[in-house]
Amino acid sequence: MESVKPILEFNKTCVSYTKQTMAVKYVSAAIDRNTITAIMGPSGCGKSTLLRAANLMHELYPNIRVDGEILLNGENILSMEPVDVRRRIGMVFQRPAPFPTMSITDNVLAGYALNGIRLSKAEREETVERCLKSVALWDEVKDVLNKKGTFLSGGQQQRLCIARALAMKPDVLLMDEPTSALDPIATAHIEKLMQELQKEVTILIVTHNMGQAMRISSKSMFMYLGELVEYGDTATMFSTPKDERTKAYLTGRMG
Amino acid sequence: MTHLKTKHRLLADKAMLWIVCLFATLTAVPLFAILGEVLLRGYDQLSWSFFTETTPTAYKAMKAIEAGEPIPGGIANGIIGTMIMLGMAAIVAVPTGILCGAFLAENPKNRFSQTVSYLTDLLQGTPSVIIGIVTYMWVVVPMKGYSAIAGSVALFVMMLPLIIRSTEETLKILPASLKEAGLALGGNRARVMLKVQLPAAFGGIFTGVLLAISRVIGETAPLMFTALGCSFIRFSIDKPISAVPLLIWEFFNDPNLQELIWGASLFLLLFVLTLNLTAKYLAKKWNQ
Ligand SMILES: Nc1ncnc2c1ncn2[C@@H]1O[C@H](COP(=O)(O)OP(=O)(O)O)[C@@H](O)[C@H]1O
Ligand SMILES: [Mg+2]
Repeated sequence: MESVKPILEFNKTCVSYTKQTMAVKYVSAAIDRNTITAIMGPSGCGKSTLLRAANLMHELYPNIRVDGEILLNGENILSMEPVDVRRRIGMVFQRPAPFPTMSITDNVLAGYALNGIRLSKAEREETVERCLKSVALWDEVKDVLNKKGTFLSGGQQQRLCIARALAMKPDVLLMDEPTSALDPIATAHIEKLMQELQKEVTILIVTHNMGQAMRISSKSMFMYLGELVEYGDTATMFSTPKDERTKAYLTGRMG
Repeated sequence: MTHLKTKHRLLADKAMLWIVCLFATLTAVPLFAILGEVLLRGYDQLSWSFFTETTPTAYKAMKAIEAGEPIPGGIANGIIGTMIMLGMAAIVAVPTGILCGAFLAENPKNRFSQTVSYLTDLLQGTPSVIIGIVTYMWVVVPMKGYSAIAGSVALFVMMLPLIIRSTEETLKILPASLKEAGLALGGNRARVMLKVQLPAAFGGIFTGVLLAISRVIGETAPLMFTALGCSFIRFSIDKPISAVPLLIWEFFNDPNLQELIWGASLFLLLFVLTLNLTAKYLAKKWNQ
């Protein structure tokens, strides 16, 4: 039964930065467990806003209003403690942001430190190795674990950030254009990685790259001016979009 | 035609450059004049004993002058007093100032922090002599005597707004992504501040602390009301204590000790310059 129930569900979710306008308008969508879902749309259509709401990032900014529901395993996260939600819903940002003062090891374990969880030396070593292996970074950095994370290349930094998020064993991983600042080789690396990761975690990824959406996602959302215009099977959406606006976007006649 | 115009502009550029250089030199003149004066008059007093011995009595100094010898003794009591008071002031001002600055940086819109921010500005603008007299009323009077504690309270009050501001400014220019990344991992705001933001801001905060120390180390007026001065080396914090700027004032007032003014001034000046240069260097290094 468990696997049938959606893990994350947006229910008439609205987000506004100002009183007059809504950046996300009544989005409703259910995300299946252990899948990759792509969010697409022209820039400014509210993709990041929607994703950040699922991580309760809006709690930081008092002017942002979120209405409707966002359900994690049937429970509305908007009325949960942000700290509890974020432990279960991880986030990877567009620009790789390893903590500049921390070593690679400490970056991977940062989630534990930030949650006040103490690990034994063996647990620490095991976690670092497992997480870095799962992002295929272990072989590259195993001899420089005590160096600062900021010494790595952009692609390596982003994988380190993914490892850092995975270390907390989240149910859902939100990724906001995680490869847009990376070169094609690093991008290919991370795409391959995501496909392997979906065994452990449900991924919701914002992407500008249609090829990327096609390669990695099973379902896609298309957003336009804050609305969720179309949501369905990626392959179906790309071959036979139902909405005119989706068609226009996919054929390059828009943004 | 165009050729002429270009030539004209080049000339204007050159003239501008000269004017800028001229004014830059003008601002440097007082600095080098002061430095030169103090250096010329003070350098021959700086010796090992100047830093290890205490202030001579007026009688001893007079004898030495009569015999045509250099004045014996030094400013060790002042250096030690300054270090003790600065140390005590910094031990309290650094954590308090960082905490306060972090609060202001995190809650810029909140009514309470706006008030605190305004008070910080006021405190920073308060003349040091007023801080001295108020500390006298608050600490010296109830304790029934001048003391190193009273002196360090005055220095603490002077350092606090400087540390608050530098902490706040440094935290504010950190990229928001850093804090968001910390929170996205499930950290609460206090832990993210402690483990992510403050370490990332360390360079700026440390620089701010050094600058705060260099700003108050030469303060004389507040110490006249609080530390008073003392002619021998002392480590008790509930008794009057000496300080380098106090010594300079004492030397000035005693015709027999005037020779020592310049050595003490040179020491203070070099110390402040070193602190400033270190702060600049560290700020540059951490900003890379
Ligand atoms: N911090 C903010 N304050 C006010 N408006 C914002 C802010 N961030 C985004 N917006 C607005 O919300 C809309 C959606 O932005 P965003 O979610 O970043 O779009 P996308 O990620 O799809 O490019 C845009 O119109 C943008 O101008
Ligand atoms: Mg975006």
